[in-house]
Amino acid sequence: MTISALNRKLLRDLLTMRGQALAIAVVVAAGVSMFVMYLSNFDSLRSTQQAFYQQQRFGDVFASVKRAPASLERRLRGIPGVAALETRVVATVTLDVPGLEEPASGQLISIPAGRRPEVNDLFLRRGRWVDPARPDEVVAGEGFVDANGLELGDQVGAVINGRLRDLTIVGVALSPEHIYNIRPGEIFPDDRLYGPFWMDRRALAAAFDMEGGFNDVALRLTPGASSGAAIAALDRLLEPYGALGAIPRALQLSHWTLESELTQLQNFGFILPLIFLGVAAFILNVALTRALALQRPQIAALKALGYDNLALGWHYAKWALAIALAGTAAGVVAGVWMGVAIIDIYNQFFRFPVLLFEIRPAIVVQAAGLTLVSAAAGAFTAVRRAVAVPPAEAMRPEAPASYARSAVETRAVSRYLGITGRMVVRNIGRRPMRAAASVVGIAFATAILLVGFTFIDVIDHLITLQFSFAERQDVTVSFVEPQSSDVRYALSRLPGVLISEPQRTVAARLRAGHRFRTVGITGTSTDATLRRIIDMDGTVIPLPSNGLVLSRPLAEVLGVSGGDLVTVEVLEGARPVLQLPVAGLVDDAMGLSAYMEVGTLHRLMREGEVISGAALRVDARAEADLSSTLKQLPAVAGAGFKEAALRNFRDVLAANLNLSIIVNVFFAGIIAFGVVYNAARVSLSERSRELASLRVLGFTRAEISLILLGEIAALTALALPAGTLLGWGMGVWIAEALDSEVYRFPFMLSRPTVAWTFLTVIAATVLSALAVRRRLDRLDLVAVLKIRE
Amino acid sequence: MSVTPAVVFDVTDLTKVYRMGEVEIHALRRVSLRFHEGHFAVLLGPSGSGKSTLLNILGGLDVPTSGRVLYRTDDLTAAGEAALTAFRRRHVGFVFQFYNLIPSLTARENVSLVTEISDAPMDPDDALDMVGLRPRRHHFPAQLSGGEQQRVAIARAIAKRPAVLLCDEPTGALDISTGVVVLEALARVNAGLGTTTIVITHNSAISEMADRVVRLADGQVAGVEERTDKRAPRELSW
Repeated sequence: MTISALNRKLLRDLLTMRGQALAIAVVVAAGVSMFVMYLSNFDSLRSTQQAFYQQQRFGDVFASVKRAPASLERRLRGIPGVAALETRVVATVTLDVPGLEEPASGQLISIPAGRRPEVNDLFLRRGRWVDPARPDEVVAGEGFVDANGLELGDQVGAVINGRLRDLTIVGVALSPEHIYNIRPGEIFPDDRLYGPFWMDRRALAAAFDMEGGFNDVALRLTPGASSGAAIAALDRLLEPYGALGAIPRALQLSHWTLESELTQLQNFGFILPLIFLGVAAFILNVALTRALALQRPQIAALKALGYDNLALGWHYAKWALAIALAGTAAGVVAGVWMGVAIIDIYNQFFRFPVLLFEIRPAIVVQAAGLTLVSAAAGAFTAVRRAVAVPPAEAMRPEAPASYARSAVETRAVSRYLGITGRMVVRNIGRRPMRAAASVVGIAFATAILLVGFTFIDVIDHLITLQFSFAERQDVTVSFVEPQSSDVRYALSRLPGVLISEPQRTVAARLRAGHRFRTVGITGTSTDATLRRIIDMDGTVIPLPSNGLVLSRPLAEVLGVSGGDLVTVEVLEGARPVLQLPVAGLVDDAMGLSAYMEVGTLHRLMREGEVISGAALRVDARAEADLSSTLKQLPAVAGAGFKEAALRNFRDVLAANLNLSIIVNVFFAGIIAFGVVYNAARVSLSERSRELASLRVLGFTRAEISLILLGEIAALTALALPAGTLLGWGMGVWIAEALDSEVYRFPFMLSRPTVAWTFLTVIAATVLSALAVRRRLDRLDLVAVLKIRE
Repeated sequence: MSVTPAVVFDVTDLTKVYRMGEVEIHALRRVSLRFHEGHFAVLLGPSGSGKSTLLNILGGLDVPTSGRVLYRTDDLTAAGEAALTAFRRRHVGFVFQFYNLIPSLTARENVSLVTEISDAPMDPDDALDMVGLRPRRHHFPAQLSGGEQQRVAIARAIAKRPAVLLCDEPTGALDISTGVVVLEALARVNAGLGTTTIVITHNSAISEMADRVVRLADGQVAGVEERTDKRAPRELSW
């Protein structure tokens, strides 16, 4: 097939402007790669999740209860809409894992003998199911087994109902309930320290005095059945047995985490590419407008030869489309590459049988469609303007640009500006829209960078807030059952304990009208020094002697504000139902929390000074000693060591953050470079004649560089503050989008972060300016002046 | 001559007014003229006399303010843009003072640009042969001299076998000897293909190779001269 002469012209023209074409294509590629990465990861996670849920019969509603008789199961099955149901025994125990210094926690979950669970079936990765005849056999969660380097046949010590028992791992499994595993109360998952274990129902029931009973229900609904109705019915039936409140799948922790990740992927998968493609369309427009201005005589000749407007318009539109297609191709490749890398990270956090990166052809088609549309939009005005010129007029050179003194040039300013400064100012003033667009482009780069950098700050801030202000204890101990206050003295006698602060947490359902949430009400004393209530700024919130202090999102979920009454249905002890005022709100960073003065809490519970846990300040030298002691204590359900949590947090997060910093800097750099390089190239092409004339008049290279690059510097100087504003807006918006019941991100700018952002943008600007400066140095004076413009 | 050749362009009362800001410029004032088939005509006049405007209107590149232009029996002044494009594509070959070659295409490809959109074109190589540039067909415009570029432009213009060939100062940017080579190419096309040729020039020496010389001054026809003693380009001197 022969290429037509016009298409050959297209190829060669593109080759001539390859620098600019490349700069634009790379910006397009950046947008496409994000589109492909985010949306393919979304697809991959979503389809894997759905297949896994389907295959393992993941539950729709979950409920915990203190102890319900097995006979209740029949009535539970009678709830309208229930398709399948599994009653279970679930218990949290402290584990002693070989090779692990600190105590770990395990969630023991019963599995029926002789059949597979009707709901939340296990995916057996390796090994076998437990033998009902051997009560110490367990199937362990894959994350825990892998993180601790355990093998089939290994044993893990567990304190079960006061006795230390060795559990033998006979199988390794995955469960749809535990795709994401996090120890309740922690902010970051640590597979070494927490994992699910599945035991034979009879063995587990015997160990926890649950024979003939259960304390957990998971059920599946028939299609179309309302989970709200099922929850209400379930709560009603479980109520007499110490119901802790049923939740829909949407609030199940593993599912919830996965869903919020999916939502983020979907949001970012559209917003970020749109920014990049918008910028690409803009620089395409500027580049094309200039290139077509240079082609005026050629356009005239082609028209004289009989090419019509449509043919010429299509010819020049193909310039833009070719660049867009090249960018799309590169972007798809890069997006797949990044997607694979991100899926690897997901595999650290989410446990699926197989989670592979997959890309649907539709994604590629959509990406190509999106880029082609934005490229066409960018090309439209440039091409229309060039092609619309009547042929006889196109034969004549374009009229010289009209300049005027700009508004800022008062006499005083003029003197100060000097001739170079005046040229810079007037050139910006002549094309204010183009200058503004360049500023917006660079501002976007600044904003993207700023947001990326700031979220690193924010996470750091959250860690500081959480571990240095709110939770100043070294170890947090929780008990299996509430203990009498005597335990406090026993705790303070443990090795290395310097301060011990009691804690009373009561499970309760807070209700306001038809809205409710099940939370733990934390009772603390007003003079607590370790565990305090802290708002987002690190300010300690004093506890009122009456009423509840709620975290802001909890108040929002319930639709209440300060002074309103909340119905509190306590889910343990005598299960009193109370009307309590909201005495204050705290703008805290994590979780849904409710706080009360501990004395008031005891009074309302009509109990003595019982405690359900403690916060300890510990002598670091004795930590190892303390942890081995805690592992043996039957009353202790779990012990969290701050050091271990922090170390793990930083290790895992650092790797992922570094990746996102690199990606951020790289992509923001691409935008800044693309915009600046293109702006400079266009200026150079428009003004090479003028600059060459100045050289002939005796200006030095440095001086003419100053005129051209001064313009870029001025635009960048305008863009940096604009970008800071834009970034602030984007940051606040993203923080709001990420705002959830689990995390809140305060968006705040720090001076060093702003400084680093500016430096990075300036570096990208300088790089592209240097690339153009090289051309300036090679400006052929004679040739430039000879050509007809 | 016993038989008067057919009229190709019949121009009546042609007026063209440009507005340049607040000033009206009368480029053409009620010009009436005829051009005959197969003739080699020269439009002579100083710059600003309206000859380029006339040529552009004849070629369908521009439209008059008033008056009428007939191409054979078609009224160009009544034609829309699409019709004018079709007219140029089918019947007109253009040669410009500054050649207007596409710099990114070779000589042969510049000619192909035209042959690809024409109904019964010549082979691009034959067109280049006519201007004596076949050996240079793979060169880019930047690798050709001014005279060679102009000959490529002529080859490009004639490759579609146009009925009329319109040339705007084809030798304006060239020295004498190169100019002569270009004029020879034009004369060869005019004689060999019978293409009606209209050449704009401000160089009166060129008028000696014409069948008909039209003098324009200040947008008006200042004189029409029928010539019978055409001279070969080589015999011209300026």
